[in-house]
Amino acid sequence: MTSSRSWPLYEIFIRARGGLDHKHAGSVHAADARQALEHARDVYTRRQEGVSIWVVKSTDIVASDPADADALFEPARDKIYRHPTFYDIPDEVKTL
Amino acid sequence: MSAVPQASGSRLRYVLRLGDASLVLAQRLGEWIGHAPALEEDLGLANTALDLLGQARMLLAYAGEIEGKGRSEDDLAFLRGEREFLNPTLVEQPNGDFGQSIVRQLLVDAWQLELYERLAHSSDARLAAIAAKAVKETRYHFRYSAGWVVRLGDGTPESHERVQRALELLWPYTRELFDADEVDAEMARELAAPQLADVQDAWNARIDAVLAEATLPRPAERPFSWYGKRGEHGEHLGHVLAEMQYLHRAHPGATW
Repeated sequence: MTSSRSWPLYEIFIRARGGLDHKHAGSVHAADARQALEHARDVYTRRQEGVSIWVVKSTDIVASDPADADALFEPARDKIYRHPTFYDIPDEVKTL
Repeated sequence: MSAVPQASGSRLRYVLRLGDASLVLAQRLGEWIGHAPALEEDLGLANTALDLLGQARMLLAYAGEIEGKGRSEDDLAFLRGEREFLNPTLVEQPNGDFGQSIVRQLLVDAWQLELYERLAHSSDARLAAIAAKAVKETRYHFRYSAGWVVRLGDGTPESHERVQRALELLWPYTRELFDADEVDAEMARELAAPQLADVQDAWNARIDAVLAEATLPRPAERPFSWYGKRGEHGEHLGHVLAEMQYLHRAHPGATW
């Protein structure tokens, strides 16, 4: 039997209820995508946590480099005018 | 400890057979907890065991009501002796390696799936409701075990050889599942249970499809001499029950 250590890692995203986004829940080892779905179901939805599962091979996720954080995210810090907090909301609008 | 009376009806025996099948298999699967080849399989097997335990609770509670002697699901699970258990002999077979447990699971899952699908239309409303709930769980069990049998059968030479050996070992025990006796016949007459011949045809089709995909030849039919459903068990059930019933018998009435 192949040990789980040689199975690739899959990242698991769970939709808790209809209308919500899939959220990252964790990861499982599995031989392929079908088995990753089953493992995700067995590990992460035992307490009715979800109505839908996405699995993505961890190696297929491209992540930003923490070393680039200054270049990527720092420039947004002093541009507070990008937040929609400078507008007066008319009283008639109740549900914005 | 009181025995199931000889005069008790077919319905009681039928429901005990179903309940005991789920209970004993749940106990066997529970033996895997902490020992499965991967954390993910540990949880998968435990989930299936808990589904089966839930089915056993509903069925044994119903059996106690049919019997009408005030025995609870716990009384029936923990205070009956080996000869009073009416599960098919297949479910008490030892776990062996992971492949052997998975083959046993496939053979049982396909049986329970075809059975519960039909029992969901039983003239017995209680049995129909239990089956309607159980069939959803069983569909997943079958998907899980069939997936593994294909993986292992169509896997490495060693995995193929091991599951083929398990299949040959367990195959003779499947005959009992479809060997209708007076209990099955009476339940079928009352439209409370399906004809076992129909269940067998559907089971054959389901199993043959999995075996073909798994590149596993179907074993030859051999005579069998086990009638767990009549209380005539092999050598293994006594050991399963000793472990399962020990705590309850040592501490009667203990609760969490």
